[in-house]
Amino acid sequence: MLRGAVQMAYYARLCGGALMTRVVKCLPILGLLLLSGCNLVVMNPSGYIASQQSDLIIYATILMLIIVLPVMALTVFFAIRYRASNKKATYEPDWDHSTSLEIVIWSVPMAIILCLAGLTWVATHRLEPYSPLSRISADVPIDESVEPLLVQVVAMDWKWLFIFPEYGVAAVNEVAAPVDRPIRFEITSSTVMNSFYIPALAGQIYAMAGMQTELNAVINKPGTYKGFSANYSGAGFSEMHFDFKGLNDADFNAWIDGAKSGQNALDRAAFIQLDMPSIANPVTYYNTVDPELWDAIINLCVEENKLCHDDMMMVDALGGGGLQGLYLREAFAGICTADDPVAMLAQINAKNGQKLTKASDRTSPAKLDSDILRQISRPSQQTSIAYPTDRKQ
Amino acid sequence: MAVANYDRWSPIYGKLGWDIFPIGETVVVVTFLVVAILGLAILAAITYFRLWGYLWREWFTSIDHKKIGIMYMILGVIMLVRGFADAVLMRIQQAMASAGGEGYLNAHHYDQIFSAHGMIMIFFVAMPLVVGLMNFVMPLQIGARDVAFPFLNNFSFWMTVSGAILVMISLFVGEFSTAGWLAYPPLSGPEFSPTVGVDYYIWALQIAGIGTTLSGINMIVTIVKMRAPGMTYMRMPVFCWTALCSNILIVATFPVLTATLALLTLDRYVGTNFFTSELGGNPMMYVNLIWIWGHPEVYILILPIFGVYSEIVSTFCKKRLFGYTSMVYATVVITILSYIVWLHHFFTMGAGANVNSFFGITTMVISIPTGAKIFNWLFTMYKGQIRFEVPMLWTMGFMLTFVIGGMTGVLLAVPPADYVLHNSLFLVAHFHNAIIGGVVFGLFAAIAFWFPKAFGFSLAPFWGKVSFWCWLIGFYLAFMPLYVLGLMGVTRRLSQFEDTIYAGYFFVALIGALFVAAGIVAFLVQIYVSILNREKLRDVTGDPWDSRTLEWSTSSPPPFYNFAFTPRVHDIDAWWHMKQAGYKRPTTDFEPIHMPRHTGTGVILAAVATVLGFALVWHIWWLAAVSFIVAIGYAIDHTFNYDRDYYVKPEEVAEIEGARTRLMTQKAYAV
Repeated sequence: MLRGAVQMAYYARLCGGALMTRVVKCLPILGLLLLSGCNLVVMNPSGYIASQQSDLIIYATILMLIIVLPVMALTVFFAIRYRASNKKATYEPDWDHSTSLEIVIWSVPMAIILCLAGLTWVATHRLEPYSPLSRISADVPIDESVEPLLVQVVAMDWKWLFIFPEYGVAAVNEVAAPVDRPIRFEITSSTVMNSFYIPALAGQIYAMAGMQTELNAVINKPGTYKGFSANYSGAGFSEMHFDFKGLNDADFNAWIDGAKSGQNALDRAAFIQLDMPSIANPVTYYNTVDPELWDAIINLCVEENKLCHDDMMMVDALGGGGLQGLYLREAFAGICTADDPVAMLAQINAKNGQKLTKASDRTSPAKLDSDILRQISRPSQQTSIAYPTDRKQ
Repeated sequence: MAVANYDRWSPIYGKLGWDIFPIGETVVVVTFLVVAILGLAILAAITYFRLWGYLWREWFTSIDHKKIGIMYMILGVIMLVRGFADAVLMRIQQAMASAGGEGYLNAHHYDQIFSAHGMIMIFFVAMPLVVGLMNFVMPLQIGARDVAFPFLNNFSFWMTVSGAILVMISLFVGEFSTAGWLAYPPLSGPEFSPTVGVDYYIWALQIAGIGTTLSGINMIVTIVKMRAPGMTYMRMPVFCWTALCSNILIVATFPVLTATLALLTLDRYVGTNFFTSELGGNPMMYVNLIWIWGHPEVYILILPIFGVYSEIVSTFCKKRLFGYTSMVYATVVITILSYIVWLHHFFTMGAGANVNSFFGITTMVISIPTGAKIFNWLFTMYKGQIRFEVPMLWTMGFMLTFVIGGMTGVLLAVPPADYVLHNSLFLVAHFHNAIIGGVVFGLFAAIAFWFPKAFGFSLAPFWGKVSFWCWLIGFYLAFMPLYVLGLMGVTRRLSQFEDTIYAGYFFVALIGALFVAAGIVAFLVQIYVSILNREKLRDVTGDPWDSRTLEWSTSSPPPFYNFAFTPRVHDIDAWWHMKQAGYKRPTTDFEPIHMPRHTGTGVILAAVATVLGFALVWHIWWLAAVSFIVAIGYAIDHTFNYDRDYYVKPEEVAEIEGARTRLMTQKAYAV
């Protein structure tokens, strides 16, 4: 209660001293604060992106209240005024049409929605999570010379892995960033769909396996903030949260040093170990990170004997490997990044006595041994995949 | 945690085994005992009073749209109790866990509960109630004697029951899905949900979905082909218009659901990779497909309810509906727009700004026709004579509550706002605000409004008012704290909490849920009390509210043939116009009436479908094959049944109508 009062006083001061827009902004916040006491992190965030998003909520709400409040008031007023027991009110049982009124009841909402649509278009483009920031805060433009801090995020069962390629460190269930430095999150998942969300920092974005989503944000106030998965992901979902630390530069460097001082290396084996489902995983730091790991995670080939997605897609783009392709998976490794993928595929096929496969040679997976298919489609239950060598030519 | 072994398989028993009964879970066992004792008591009572024959002849095999409608409503109310029990369990868990404890439900059980709650409330509560309502009211409103395909109607109903039975079985045999009410893959795929839960989900929905789709076709044909002479489209009651649009949505979208679930089924049963993350599979495709069904589904539910409010407002304001034409166009516009908004359910998936803005703006545009509807009801009240009977109370509650839900909905349609509110309790509060404040309030209004038509006596208003106030207060107490919690950054589907600052809000929400529970009890008490006092509440006139549309021109309850003579329509409010014109009920010169015969085929087919569903869930292939062949064979056999219809003799009609005449004159003398 006390904190609520302090916060209200803070807002009252803001309202008193600031511009008109601030006043408009503050009134609903005051209302919400009265309603709630405090801790409305979504409405009172500490990052510039999230604070623009909360402003947008307020503007949109005000726009809509222009029409909603009169409707509610009229509903109550008409209900009282035209109650059957009120004999003084006029009664016109056949009055059922008024062109001018119809124009008003269609055009006023239309006008409001037009404004809101304009606001939406502009805001959605300005707050597009993939776009690099153009400002650090409302008054501070971005310093072009400062590179954003790249943080690679992996949603796992049921914990979060954060990789800092710039520093070669990684952490589980804890992430830090320097205040006022743009952050660029690259996000993926090693499991089902999750949603990466730090309410104080910026809106959420889904984390999906085999794909990468992105989020650009900046934290403006030092502090420890809550982050969590905002998309239900199974048994350990409730404990799938982490601390996001906004630190000043010195503290951030200390945090990185702390992570570096450990003895854990995050290589493929350590990742596979970490990837086993666990609930409420303790905060863990890794002092080195395999630089190829992130690509392998995105391409679902951390286990070395798995064909990476990008290679598979390249083979597909070149017409596919045909029936033999399924047994030649190891040979395709690296084709995506090869200098001349066409030549490489031709070579592989030639070595195996095949020409470039024609469409008619392709086969449907249904014809294949279902055991093999199952092994391929459920890699996490499988530590090694044995391809039947007798069918290899 | 369930420890059943779902990897085993035997040719005879499939995956069944003695360890599938969740006897370790106290909550489930207690629930089972309560359900079993209640069920046995009901079955025993039916047997004791020798009602089986009566139920079979007069109800189960009935192809009378009114009785099917009522059975749909009963199914909906029974499943409401189940779905609401789930809601209370969740509220208690969240209240306990947020106060610092762990609560009494483990994650596995909690996850099943919220998955079941969402799925049951939409598919087996809201849908049966809305479809039942359309079934009962619509043919009467258009002056028809039944729906276009009466047997299909009975079959549709029993398929819905079959789906509901499968869901109920999952409570005690094996387990239910833990993948949420929409079963997003890869979570619902074979790798992450290896148990039978998702299979129960899939087959319950597929079986019930057949019923829903067929029922949609049936209703469209009925409205298009069977309107009384003179009832042009623009003289149709608004409820029929909304029913038409809703059923068009059903027919257009339920096949999408069926196809989507079929692909998921292939992923789970055959090992395909439509929605896995590997081998070209793409879970995002599922999310798109399910919402291409899912968003129109919202309008499938709410549109007919908008129709209900239109009928109620004009009746209880004793005034023509304001802006009938714009009401109709608004309905049609909503129907079309509801197809191009689905992406707003996942702005956070990373589509670009152009795509997100497009879907955000189309969503907002829907609020224009919806707003027009609200204004139309408002100006129907204007210069009316408003009687605050129970249906009108629900309508007022709706008008004040629904605008809040609409407002938060438009807010969520702004993509950057959605980034911070998506999947939060704010979202949960929003859609409960729209569905309870819109659909549920409307259903209770409709039940109070049409109950006398269905049973010949009104519902006792006192308990109706108690129910209304409990629901209204309960709704606000239960969901306003959730809005606040959403703004505090609390996401949905949590069973454990980091700290205790949320405890107060969850506690208030729990109190709200208990108020709603009181509202449900009051509703059941209301029905019980009304049955006891039915002679006092008897409606002899057939028109207890001084209403405006055709269903009120016949007796309460209507004779099985609905109308002795097909009415002729000259105005939008056909019955009001007839009353104004001094309509005299014909009492002689009756003609033979063509009616369909009862049949047990629907019940039998649905029973076989239940067995088929169960066999598929448990991988009992021989049983699945046998029941499938039996179902197809029996259906084909039924097509050779040519004894499907008969003519009601004029003497019988004269007798029924004569009895009504005597009753009405008696009543007139009594007054």
